[in-house]
Amino acid sequence: MATPLLEVRDLGVRFTTRDGQVTVLDDVSFTLERGERISFVGESGCGKSMTALALMGLLPAMGRVSGGMIGFKGEDLVTASESRMRQIRGNEISMIFQEPMTSLNPVFTIGRQIAEVLQLHRGLDRRTARARAIDLLEAVRIPNAAARVDDYPHQLSGGQRQRVMIAIALACEPEILIADEPTTALDVTVQAEIFALLRDLGAKLETAMILITHDMGAVAQMAERMLVMYAGRRVEEGRVADIIRAPAHPYTRGLISCVPHISADAAKRLDRLPEIAGIVPPITSFGRDACLFAPRCGRASEVCHGERPAPAGVAGHKAHSVACWHPHEGGA
Amino acid sequence: MAGQGPDHALAVENLSVAYPLKGRDKSGARRRLLAVDDVSFAIRRGTTLGIVGESGSGKTTAAMAAARLVPHSGGTIHLDGEDFGALDAAALRRARQRVQIIFQDPYSSLNPRLRAAEIVREPMLHAGRTNRAEQDRVIDELFEAVGLRPEQKSLFPHQFSGGQRQRIGIARALSTRPSLIICDEPVSALDVAVQAQILNLLKSLQRQFDLTYLFISHDLGVVQHMCDEVAVMYMGKFMEQAERDSFFAAPRHPYSRALLDAVPTIEAADRPRPPLVDGAIPDLSEPQTGCRFASRCPHAMPRCENEVPLLADATGAAGHHRLACHLADEIGSGAVANN
Repeated sequence: MATPLLEVRDLGVRFTTRDGQVTVLDDVSFTLERGERISFVGESGCGKSMTALALMGLLPAMGRVSGGMIGFKGEDLVTASESRMRQIRGNEISMIFQEPMTSLNPVFTIGRQIAEVLQLHRGLDRRTARARAIDLLEAVRIPNAAARVDDYPHQLSGGQRQRVMIAIALACEPEILIADEPTTALDVTVQAEIFALLRDLGAKLETAMILITHDMGAVAQMAERMLVMYAGRRVEEGRVADIIRAPAHPYTRGLISCVPHISADAAKRLDRLPEIAGIVPPITSFGRDACLFAPRCGRASEVCHGERPAPAGVAGHKAHSVACWHPHEGGA
Repeated sequence: MAGQGPDHALAVENLSVAYPLKGRDKSGARRRLLAVDDVSFAIRRGTTLGIVGESGSGKTTAAMAAARLVPHSGGTIHLDGEDFGALDAAALRRARQRVQIIFQDPYSSLNPRLRAAEIVREPMLHAGRTNRAEQDRVIDELFEAVGLRPEQKSLFPHQFSGGQRQRIGIARALSTRPSLIICDEPVSALDVAVQAQILNLLKSLQRQFDLTYLFISHDLGVVQHMCDEVAVMYMGKFMEQAERDSFFAAPRHPYSRALLDAVPTIEAADRPRPPLVDGAIPDLSEPQTGCRFASRCPHAMPRCENEVPLLADATGAAGHHRLACHLADEIGSGAVANN
């Protein structure tokens, strides 16, 4: 079998705090094939962004990878040197963030910020890089790109800034693009345009994509597979269509049903939304040998509080796995 | 006049908000930006009106003007049938307790140096309800109503989670028993699972205390869940205004449809949709000669650029359903594809 583009196995991340070591990510595993789109789903504080930062080698100073491997085209990025990571970042793996205003440098023109990536990674000279920056601005559908290339970030709307971020991220035609809540700060019509752009460009460049989100609708539109994360662990993984039709983990089920979905049919509406009671546990409890969702779960029993469930296959579905002592079976 | 009877908590007629700009226009008049332009709505007591729109559409400004927290440049505001818009400064200060706000960000909207109970007490102090025992009784009742424990009264905001902080904000808004509560994106800053908890709480409190909500949101799913009536706002104008079921069963305005189409759903992964035209957004410091949405509307005709469409009853709708669109008849009769 060919090596996948990205293979993350048993990845663990720990933070060193005043109170000692805390587990932030606990045995996270997944694979990503060339051109594939996967989504990380979960509430804030569940480790979605931390997983992405670990892939990029950008963990905060107090964090370090405590175990496992990140295989990128056969190379383990956990042991890669900082200079090697600098070659990879922005070139082979790149990332866009939630807030496009704070990710752009306000004192340089957008053209210069796009060109910088090309000069650094591709060794282009200034003039060629600038010409290529204009092409990229056109590719991300900024009208009148040749004139806008000399604009500063504050002259652009939020949606246009995120397009510029995408242009920077895709400048070197990376193999993996990580998009961390790329549309949370944007209006819904702009979100639809950004999603369409990401899909089109991703398909054209055969870029694999990791979309981090809490919005199941976005997952359904953007990704082929999803990884549901809770308290630093993978609780469910599988094809998006399979999981949405029959979520096996109570947490996944809660995430899907607790959001009011628009429906033209008044009879389908609920008077009361199903709740997931409580909140994500504090990070200091992440390493415990138990199902960390148990305190919020309606199906929890003794075993859930005392033993950690291992990921297991869901009957009848290839590559659909769940880590739960009492998974749901059958349709939603 | 409709909407000023006792069954309406709030009735707003022809409300406008204009911000002065530098300079003068060709006729020598002071330039101004019309952020809210001739908007009318009424909310029956115990019900919820939702205003949806994108950022910059004027939805928060309209609500703040109705609460007289932003000066309005035209129109009337009636609260419980009384002329709230005409109150002078002293009377307004006394009447302020009748309109309360639940804010978007529970991190920045609570005073970090006050204990939870004092945060809930503050509006009562300003409203002149000085009986301490009575205040304590209200605080106890509200803590229980919003699902906080009595011992949490003495904690500071940083000791609460985001959802709990929003509960404190809700208790604060209820403490003066207001006639109207403005919910300004009350769950946008919260985690998905916590959003459901707060939405359910807002609904059960509405039933318990017969509350009237003016609910501002960009999230159509949340609006559908929470509101009895929906108004869609774009560039300072109401584009469509209807009872919830009529609106979501058949949204008429091309902008409403574009908004609905843009929401990603878990049901249909990929729907074909008429793309919005990438047109220029109108400059609201200039007088508008046509429909504000014409530059982005996939169905725009010459008339749309030359004549401002007025909000009028939509033909063939089951309940109350108003629409500001020259294509109203074509859309109503199905001549424009409804996808």
